[in-house]
Amino acid sequence: MKFGVVVFPGSNCDRDMQDALQNDLGKEVIMLWHKDEDISMFSTDDCIVLPGGFSYGDYLRCGAIARFSPMMQSVIDFANKGGKVLGVCNGFQILCESHLLPGVLLQNGHQQFACKNVFIKADNSQALKIPIAHGDGRYYAGEKVLDELETNNQILFRYCNELGVVDMKYNPNGAVRNIAGIRNKQGNVFGMMPHPERATSKLLNNMDGKKIFEILGLN
Amino acid sequence: MTFNVQIKVMPLKDLLDPQGKAVLGGLKNLGITSIEDVRVGKHITLQIEAATENEAKAIAEEASKKLLANPIMEFYEIEMIN
Repeated sequence: MKFGVVVFPGSNCDRDMQDALQNDLGKEVIMLWHKDEDISMFSTDDCIVLPGGFSYGDYLRCGAIARFSPMMQSVIDFANKGGKVLGVCNGFQILCESHLLPGVLLQNGHQQFACKNVFIKADNSQALKIPIAHGDGRYYAGEKVLDELETNNQILFRYCNELGVVDMKYNPNGAVRNIAGIRNKQGNVFGMMPHPERATSKLLNNMDGKKIFEILGLN
Repeated sequence: MTFNVQIKVMPLKDLLDPQGKAVLGGLKNLGITSIEDVRVGKHITLQIEAATENEAKAIAEEASKKLLANPIMEFYEIEMIN
């Protein structure tokens, strides 16, 4: 499996993602410029990553303008053909604005930019320590959509404490139902606010990000 | 003909608006204490070239629906200026 990492104007986690995938996970990585549209070097077994940052200055709404870049048209086609797509932080916001994932990311409920380690867990995983860094990470969708996400097992990660207890107390942004990450119904598009690429190296004293890539089947 | 159109985009009434809350805190700090709630939205102006006012309104409607507002979190109101 090889990876493509899209670089938008204002992306700032693109090199971190490249470094983590190449050096910590040993993957082939091709950087993809937002103005290009050729992704013919990827098959649907590969994965395109939309990294964190502030694409197009977060103008209008986070991710709203990035959705129209030439590369995103190719990524949307790729996702609709079953290709794997992972959006982290701003990448998650772009996936929601592109309608590849349901819902939206609102400004954090406590009005502050949150930059710290938090714990998240998948349904059958232990608590994993992963950094967050966002001002607009409060996942929101209508009740009907949320119930659908639950029924189809589309909620990938929820905020919890170090013991894996999921509770609003451990939720860093006010996201509904403690949602930190979701996938689409087909299971090939993943979005999450925490940054697994910042936790894949012994040097950073945290390897839990590697487990996130494993859970997503991107290892 | 050119039509001037104003679009008001506001966070949905049920949703917490942290920006509005922060501004409310600021107003209280200034001693303006009788304001009970603040909500902050966007004001967008468009100049639209169209044959009739109805056509201009339809264009503004499409722009609002497809990009200017996100219906999951916002509602919009369109006002024709001339």
